[in-house]
Order: sequence, then structure tokens, then C-alpha cells
Amino acid sequence: MMKGNRQMKKITALFLTFLMLSLLLFTSCQTEFEEVEDTSDAYFDVVVDDISYYEKFRDQKITLNIYNWGEYISNGSEGSLDVIAAFEKISGIKVNYTNYATNEDMYAKFKNGDQTDDFCVYDIVIPSDYMIDKMINENMLEKINFENIPNIKYISDEYRFTDFDPNGEYSVPYTWGTVGIIYNKKHVDPEDAKTWDILWNEKYKGQVLMFSNSKDAFAIALSKLGYSMNSENPEEIEEATVLLREQRSVIQTYVMDQIFDKMQLEEAYVAPYYAGDAITMIDGNSNLAFSHPKEKFNLFIDSLCIPKGSRNKEAAEAFINFVCETEVALANCEYICYSTPHSKARELVMESMEDWQKEISYPSAEVLSNTESFIDLSPETNEDLVQRWSDILIGINEDSWQSKAITPVAIIIGLGLVILVILMKIRRNKKRMNY
Amino acid sequence: MNNKKLRWLALPYLTWMVLFTIIPLALIVVFAFTTRDGNFTFDNIQHAAKYLPVLVKSVWLAALATVISLVIAYPLAYIMSNMRLNYQNTMMTLVMLPMWMSFLLRTYAWMSILETNSGLLNSFLGLFNLGPVHIMNTQAAVVLGMVYNYIPYMILPLYTIMVKIDRRLIEAAQDLGCNTYHVFRKVIIPLSFPGITSGVTMTFVPAVSTFVISQMLGGAKNYLIGDLIDQNFVSGGYNPHYGSAISLLLMVVVFICMGIFNQFDNEEMEETLK
Repeated sequence: MMKGNRQMKKITALFLTFLMLSLLLFTSCQTEFEEVEDTSDAYFDVVVDDISYYEKFRDQKITLNIYNWGEYISNGSEGSLDVIAAFEKISGIKVNYTNYATNEDMYAKFKNGDQTDDFCVYDIVIPSDYMIDKMINENMLEKINFENIPNIKYISDEYRFTDFDPNGEYSVPYTWGTVGIIYNKKHVDPEDAKTWDILWNEKYKGQVLMFSNSKDAFAIALSKLGYSMNSENPEEIEEATVLLREQRSVIQTYVMDQIFDKMQLEEAYVAPYYAGDAITMIDGNSNLAFSHPKEKFNLFIDSLCIPKGSRNKEAAEAFINFVCETEVALANCEYICYSTPHSKARELVMESMEDWQKEISYPSAEVLSNTESFIDLSPETNEDLVQRWSDILIGINEDSWQSKAITPVAIIIGLGLVILVILMKIRRNKKRMNY
Repeated sequence: MNNKKLRWLALPYLTWMVLFTIIPLALIVVFAFTTRDGNFTFDNIQHAAKYLPVLVKSVWLAALATVISLVIAYPLAYIMSNMRLNYQNTMMTLVMLPMWMSFLLRTYAWMSILETNSGLLNSFLGLFNLGPVHIMNTQAAVVLGMVYNYIPYMILPLYTIMVKIDRRLIEAAQDLGCNTYHVFRKVIIPLSFPGITSGVTMTFVPAVSTFVISQMLGGAKNYLIGDLIDQNFVSGGYNPHYGSAISLLLMVVVFICMGIFNQFDNEEMEETLK
């Protein structure tokens, strides 16, 4: 009787385990299906200016390696254009597409000699302005042959000829955008949001979010002080450091991607962020608004480049040209939400935009005259900024008297403790001898 | 058993340990005392020393979390060890259950519970017209996160030690006239001390070096030493030399802390043996 009971229990347990496992499997399968974005109604056929241009690559068995930011190309989800598949279809070139998260990651990969590796040599890369500057200076980029890129005529000159590539020889602009202030209309006076001062305003204490990366944070502080965002002057940098240190008391937390949740759920009311992402956030919560400060703000441009060592330069140029096709540029800019440098795509996308979106994505020339782009700083300045920023985040002020006193005090306490432990050990050993 | 013949069985782990513990530790020491060009220097350590206040704060919060974990876990482990066997197994599963999920996800979930305006906790309190409590972005949230995440590591060793306590010893103590308090003080605590030691170590050490918890729950003002190491290696500026020096400092501090704690442990054992 007893035994039978136990066996019954075991069978039940086994059954339950099985049930749970199958449930787990079932749910995990389901989520997997959900995770794959719905590309069933993606389309692959685009109207291009000159189809024969792409036809010549067919049957050459070319593979193109593209290295891009994550979520930075229209991929066919929600009925959009699958740019990569469309390019493969039109040209017969196979595309190998990989992602990176930051300019620095990408740079490290190239610097560490991946380009000499037979396994994967990148043909296209899409760095930001200051990184292009750095890569040009370090001779890491190929000059582009613009005879192979007839569609360059669509790209507005102001994004083509820039500080980082004055003659437009190395790069073709892909997207651009600005940094501004995103705020909650319910809790923030729009007048306050017209200047970077809002990020230091005691009124919003504990409700302010701030960039957690050093580059954007220092840019804001320097521009608030009226200096250049690319300043390498130690005194100016020191002033900015002091300002950012003061700011800590107002800041709720330092974030990057978490900003979407925090702003949309109204956990914080003010934050500096990128214009394209602000549109996404405002779509999610209509209490949010975006404004450009009266001081200087950052204008960033991400451009298509061909890294040195590319083995299919012509095919890479064909891809760049394809991205500059009006329909492709339009699809990309609708998917990414950042602004496009493509004049025709811009006209088309503006038609379907509401006024507030236009103001954020394509501010007037007057507003844009107030922007500054990042350029490559010297490695010493970069390192100094990163170190200063890390100290600000952690909340250490090297010059305060506490910091100066802490080292000797800590050493004395540490030594004292070690001696204490040793003394206790000796005492115990003595006791043991007495037994 | 012939020990000598079976010695080679230790080889796989020995190789593992040398490859993934000894060599990396040696690398940390090397990195901590060299410049980028590979020259010997003390600068990194000096640089790391300025972060001592952060270190003190980390140790303090981790110690607090450890004490709270111990206070919660000790009675639970004792009660568990006295339960019927199948209940014990159920309790064990319940303790382990959270560990089946990703650490990151669990901490992220705490964010949506504690958030001031949209958090579950405050929505719940709002039903009874109780004011919003501000736990998010405070040290309390960090300690809470630590206790929640590391308490299984406290319960497990305590429980394994306590089930092994010979019940006859307790009976003997009672026969000899000990009241409940004295049984607890003179028999159960000393016999469970090895469990306390390993539980404290297993809770304190990961808590003191955490960075996910403080980044997610601590807000702007509660960055810990783990965040600093993270910053030097992954996010922000890549400087393995500074990072290693700070790691080394942290290790030394942990060693001292554990050393002091073990002294109390030994004292306690000897007191009762007298």
C-alpha cells in the first residue's frame, strides 16, 4: 500500500515534470517566433535610376562584407524594404552583414588587424564624423571613386563637404541628426527647455537624466560655458569638469538606452538625447516634447566609407550608390528615424511628416547654424576626458581634502587591521600551547 | 582507497584552475604594475588609491547586505533542516527557483517594481492612498538588490551544515539542563559556524564587486567599485592597467575582511570548546 502510494507519487512527479518541460519548450518556441521580426510583407524590388549599372556584377561571385551599427538599415520588418536582400537581388552580389555597438568597438577591430585576416575583410563601414576624421588621419580609408557613384548628385553638399572630410573624398553621408533636450510638458516649463541650463536647474532635481558617455557629456558642458565642443584647452576642460561635478546633485541617473523607458514611463522629466530617438519616444508618450537649446549643440553625421584592404572596391561603390537611390534612402530614413542627407528622399519623407516631426528632424537653417560637429581629438585629450568622466560618474574629486587624506588614513587602518589579525593568531597559538 | 593512484583525477580541474584562475590572477598583478609600454610602475596603484572612498562604500553596502541575508537566512535554514524530507526538497526548489532566471533580468525586474511613479510597489500602495515611497536610486535599493540576488548563496551552505547536526547533541544539551537559548548559543551556533563562514564569503564577495545591481538600481550617486572596474575594462575608457590595479586593491581588501571574519570564527569555535 505504502509502496504503491510512493510509486504513484513518482509517476505524478514525472508527469508534472514532463508537462512543465513541454510547456517551457512551447513557450520558448513561441517567443522565438515572436522575436523574429515579421518580414513576410517585406519587398525587394526597387526602382533604380540605371539598372545596367548593377547588372554588370552578376555572376562574378562577389561577396561584400558590410559592417554597420545595429538597427541601422531598413530590414524588411513591418512591410518595409529589405535593403540588403534588394541589393543582392538586383546585383547578384552576396552580402555579409555584421553589427557593432560603438565607434570605438569598430575602430578597435580594424586597428587590431582584422583587415589583413583572410576570413573576413570589410568592404563597407559606417563610422561617425570624428571617427572618420581619425581614420582618414591614420590612413585607414580608401578614396572613393565618385565616377562609380552617379547618385551622389542627390546628396546635399552641406553634409558631403564637412570638417572631417572637407573635399568629400572618403565618405558618403548616410544619416545625420542633432542632439537636443527631450522633456515632459506636464512637469517642465518649455521656456526652461530652451537652454542647456535646464540640466543644471535645481527645480528639476532628481528628475534629470544625463548621457553616460564622456563625449556627449563634455560637449554639453563645454557648450554651456560657451566653448567649442572640441576644445583641447586644459583650462576649459577643467571648467567643464567642475560644472559636470556640480551637476551630479541634480541628476537622477546616467543612462543611454534606458532613457526610452525612463522618459516614456515618466520616471524622469528632462534628458539630452538624439533627435531621431526623441521622435520614437514622443510617439510612445505624447506628453514628451523636444527642443534644441539656444547654445551650440552637436550635429552628427554617419557616413559610408570603404576601409583600406577592401577587395571589392567597385562592388562596395555599387552598394554605396544603391543606398543613395531615392527609394532606398527613403526606406532607410523611415526605418531609422534619423534625418537623411538625400535631397529627394528628404522631400518625400517631409510630405508624410507632421509639423512637430519636421521641426525635430529637419530644423530650419537658422537653428542648424548653431550646431557643431565632433572632430578627432588628440589621444591624450581623449584619455584625459574619459578619466575625468569616470571620476565624475563615481563621484571622486581628486582635489578635495578628503581625497588627499584618504590614502594615508586607509594605509594606516589597513596595516592596523593586518597587525590585529596577526596578533589574534599569535594569542590563539599561545592558548593552544597552554592546553 | 589508494590515493596516489587516483591523483590524476584531479588533473582536469587542476589544468582548469591554472588556465583560468592562476594565470589570469598573475596577469592582473602584471597589468597593475606596468605601464602601457610594459615598464614597471607604481602609478596605477596610486591612481587606484584615490578610489578608496568608493571601495569603503562598496564594502559597507556589501557587509550590510551580508548581515541582512544572514539574519533572514539563518532561521529559515534552521527551520528547513527540521522539516520533513519532502518539504525540505520543496523549500530547496523554492530557494533555487529565482536562480533559474537570468541575473540581469531579475535585477531589471526590480527596476519596474521600485520605480517611483510607474513602479508596481507604488501603484499598489496608491490603492490604499499611501504616499509613494522613494526606494529607487537609493542605497536601500542597492542593498535590497544584493540581498535578493545573493541570499540563496547564504541559505544553501547554512542548510547543508544544519541538516548534518546530530540531533542527539541537542537532546544531550537539554538533558544537561540547557534552556532553549543556551542550546542555540552553545550547540547550534558553534556547530553551524562553518556554514556561516562559507555563506558569508559566498554572499559578501560577489556583493562587494557587483556592478549590475548598482548601475540599475542605484541611480547617479551609488556607483560602486565594480562599476569602476567595469568602466576601465568595458564601457567608457579602456585602460586595463588602472582596472587591474583597482581589482588588485579590491582583492586585498576582501582578503583583509575575510581574514578578520575568520579570526572571529576561530575564536568562537575555541570559546565553546573550552
